[in-house]
Amino acid sequence: MKEAPGTRDYDWWLLAILATICALGVIEIYSATHGSSLAGMHMKQIRWLAIGFIAMFALSRLDYHLILDQAPILYLVGVTALVAVLLVGRTRFGAKRWIPVLGEFLQVSELVKLIIIIVLARFFAEVRSDELSLRDLIKAGLLVGLPLALILKQPDLGTALVLVPLLVVGAYLAGLQWQHTAIFSLAGILLIGSVFYPPVSRHILKPYQRERITSFLHPEDDAKGSGYQLLQSEIAVGSGGFWGKGFGKGSQNQLGYIPVRYSDFIMSAWAEEQGFKGVLLALGLYMALLLRLVQNAQRAKDRAGMFLVMGVAAALGFHVLVNVAMVIGYMPVTGIPLPLMSYGGSATLFVFLAIGLVMNVRIRRFVN
Amino acid sequence: MSYWFGNDNRLPQQRLAIVSYVIVGMVGVLLIGFWKLQVIDSDKFLQWAERNRVRSIPVIAPRGRMLDRDGRVLVDNYPSFSVLLLRDDPAQVEKNLPAISEGLGISLQDLKEQLQNSRNLKNFQPIVIKPEASKADVAFIESHRSDIPLLEMLMVHRRRYLPGGFMSHASGYVGEVSEQQIEASNGRFRPGDFVGKSGIERQYNDLLQGTDGMRRVVVNSVGKEVDHLPTQEAIPGKQIQLTIDYDLQQVAEQALSTREGAVVALDPRSGEILAMVSHPAPDPNDFAIRVSNEEWKQLNDDPATPLLNRAIQAQLAPGSVFKIIMATAMLEDKVPPLSFTAYCPAYAVFYGRQFKCHVFGKTSGHGVVDLHKAIIESCDVFFYNVGQRLGIDRISYYASHMGLGRRTGIDLPSEETGLVPSEEWVQRVFHRRWYPGETISVAIGQGAVTATPLQLAYAIGGVAMGGVYKQPHLLKDAPNVREERFSISESTVEKVTDAMYGVVNEAHGTGGALKLTGVDFSGKSGTAQIINYDLRSRLGKNKQFKDNSWFVGYAPRRTPEIVVSVLVQAGGHGSEAAGPVVRDVVKAYYDKKMKKTDGTVTAENKETKPRDLSSAAPAAAIQPPLNTRGAAVALREPQSEDPR
Repeated sequence: MKEAPGTRDYDWWLLAILATICALGVIEIYSATHGSSLAGMHMKQIRWLAIGFIAMFALSRLDYHLILDQAPILYLVGVTALVAVLLVGRTRFGAKRWIPVLGEFLQVSELVKLIIIIVLARFFAEVRSDELSLRDLIKAGLLVGLPLALILKQPDLGTALVLVPLLVVGAYLAGLQWQHTAIFSLAGILLIGSVFYPPVSRHILKPYQRERITSFLHPEDDAKGSGYQLLQSEIAVGSGGFWGKGFGKGSQNQLGYIPVRYSDFIMSAWAEEQGFKGVLLALGLYMALLLRLVQNAQRAKDRAGMFLVMGVAAALGFHVLVNVAMVIGYMPVTGIPLPLMSYGGSATLFVFLAIGLVMNVRIRRFVN
Repeated sequence: MSYWFGNDNRLPQQRLAIVSYVIVGMVGVLLIGFWKLQVIDSDKFLQWAERNRVRSIPVIAPRGRMLDRDGRVLVDNYPSFSVLLLRDDPAQVEKNLPAISEGLGISLQDLKEQLQNSRNLKNFQPIVIKPEASKADVAFIESHRSDIPLLEMLMVHRRRYLPGGFMSHASGYVGEVSEQQIEASNGRFRPGDFVGKSGIERQYNDLLQGTDGMRRVVVNSVGKEVDHLPTQEAIPGKQIQLTIDYDLQQVAEQALSTREGAVVALDPRSGEILAMVSHPAPDPNDFAIRVSNEEWKQLNDDPATPLLNRAIQAQLAPGSVFKIIMATAMLEDKVPPLSFTAYCPAYAVFYGRQFKCHVFGKTSGHGVVDLHKAIIESCDVFFYNVGQRLGIDRISYYASHMGLGRRTGIDLPSEETGLVPSEEWVQRVFHRRWYPGETISVAIGQGAVTATPLQLAYAIGGVAMGGVYKQPHLLKDAPNVREERFSISESTVEKVTDAMYGVVNEAHGTGGALKLTGVDFSGKSGTAQIINYDLRSRLGKNKQFKDNSWFVGYAPRRTPEIVVSVLVQAGGHGSEAAGPVVRDVVKAYYDKKMKKTDGTVTAENKETKPRDLSSAAPAAAIQPPLNTRGAAVALREPQSEDPR
């Protein structure tokens, strides 16, 4: 076994893409908040980004095989933390998601996402055949199901949903059979259908969640609620036009018509001020980031590394898809932030730690 | 290294490649979404964003003020606030309606009705839902800016009229524009706009009404104003000067007092109306804001018809005042000749019917009567004979050429024509022949003949002017004042005006009690039955059937400066009820004229120059008339001081 890898083995392209996206985020957070009571938020975000960078490098130094070794313990810690949150967590914005750490509130579910990526990577790496048996599939499902149920209990539908693509992408790469794909899809369709079907959704969704679904389907019925949010977001995006209104000049953004414009709807603010050309840049960067992750997975030394990287890709991809689709009114409001652009400590930390795992795999690709 | 970690490097490259395609496809779909919003529908969303951000609030133009002939303010404005409802988002309006209804104290029913009424308007036009906002309303709106961002305060100018219904029929009043007016206005009027509904307010609405401007403000998502955009200024309405003399108007109002009737004073040399009173008079301040349907119905159904401008709309038998037209016709046609005399035993019989002659202050008849005596003592029998000989068509000819039976053309809406009957008229309206007996009644201003107080002032003034009829008007600088000339011979004019001078100044004249020293005051009284004597005696002497009292006076005796026509309904004898009112107004006219020529009134004049009033303090400027008016109001309507 060679010595620990050097810095030139890091994926500098990936880091460059990452840094550019972060820069766009900071610019837009500044634009969205500098004239309001939230002024100075971009500095806080920069602080989080700095912490994230350090955490990323720190995590990349620790061989991922050692991390995977501890998967059962991590899983236990994760589940315990989720239970703890439900028992003693702080309630903010109507949900119990936060526990205080070092004077800041951390969202435990962000950490759990990371743990599930690790746990699933280990689980699927251990599957030796090219085809995933139904037994293994169910096992994986149960592994994900427990924390998912606990997160739903907080309630945090958005984060809970992120666990699903981790399972789907992992299972797919582990050799999901087409029969199982069919069953999977059927179950998925049934679940989505039931969410949109009031007589059933009444039993499985919280009132505010059902309201979001309704206002997504009929935004005009709910002019000030989340239908209003979606509409205002669409107005912001649409009014930006091709060239955008210019930095700090988006009326929807500056006058506060865009809901949480510095966080979940930051893409809306960006699209208004920078126009379609700005969107092209941002989405291009995200696409490059994701493709770069897939490339890293393809070059991973082993299945375990590949699953780790693809777990991260699945999580980030899902975040981007759901958030951006919401901004343009293609999906209901779920409260999923846009990775690296949205303001938020825990979410930023999660992304950097996840990228840390990717780097971890990357720098060890030639190690034997 | 852990036991489970073999050298398992079989990677599912194909599936990873598929994942790459999925990523590209996903970003592609999102980009299509952005393309649709930002490129295809961009204009629509840009508009929506603009509508979000910019709130347009009308700036109401103040109506022009009305000044009297000396520049004193008769009608002006005071600032007030209305509540506007912004209707950009119908769904939100619907949702917030109950809260608005409760907060502003407007019934939900009423709100819905108002919304319904404005359904044809563009959504971005706000509507007035409460014309007069109280302090509590303002507080409600301010405190709910974020959760009910649909309400806005609108500064408006309310009309302020002199209190107690002073001159209210001439000035008219403003009211909310009706649906028909909106439709007919070609987009000029919007619901909630105030327009002139009657009188001068309506006649000169186009002058008085300015053009509203638009204030555009930038509001943030909680409805707070954060910036201003260029404002489209309101263009105020024009101030107009009337021919009304405030002093004469006041004397006329007081002299008529609470009696039902009308006073018209005009200068026959120019046609300028100096005073115009109609009682009872509603106080337009009471409905300057918004009248409920109920109140309106009450005003309309009031048996005293307060909304009727009696000066131009009361079409009543002119009674003996009509004898001046008869005398002119007789002298001009020489039928019968001037030498004609009649014997009056207090009645006469024509076509088998007895016609009475009401003899003022006497129990027997007038005896032998010539034209002069017939006018000053107002002998009916003489004119029965004249009428019989002239025939209805000659009477009709003279009456209509002297201004009766058609509009004088005064610059007020809804002037009535009165009626001068003729053979042609009965044929057209009743499809029958004219009965000669009807001519006998018409000869003394009874029967079918009717006239308005204004028409009588116009007719008598024209005779005294020697056949020159100037179109009556209220606007001081009225363009194109029509002048009609009806050639009456000089001797006729002299004889008729001599007789009218005699009415007041000769021993047996019916207006003998009205003499004014130093003034050539002339005139003619009239006492018109509203039902005939037979019916009246059967019903008993109820006040309802008291005669209408007329007096039309003027001074001086030739080429008069002022003609005053007064009607006192159910006032009894003309010279007793209406005569003193005419005298008071004529006296006031000369008193003022004397003062002016003595030079004692100059200081007052300077004080009331219109320019001084308009620039400094309108509230203070209106004060003098208000104060002096106070006593008169109390005298006429003591109950009006009760706080309601």
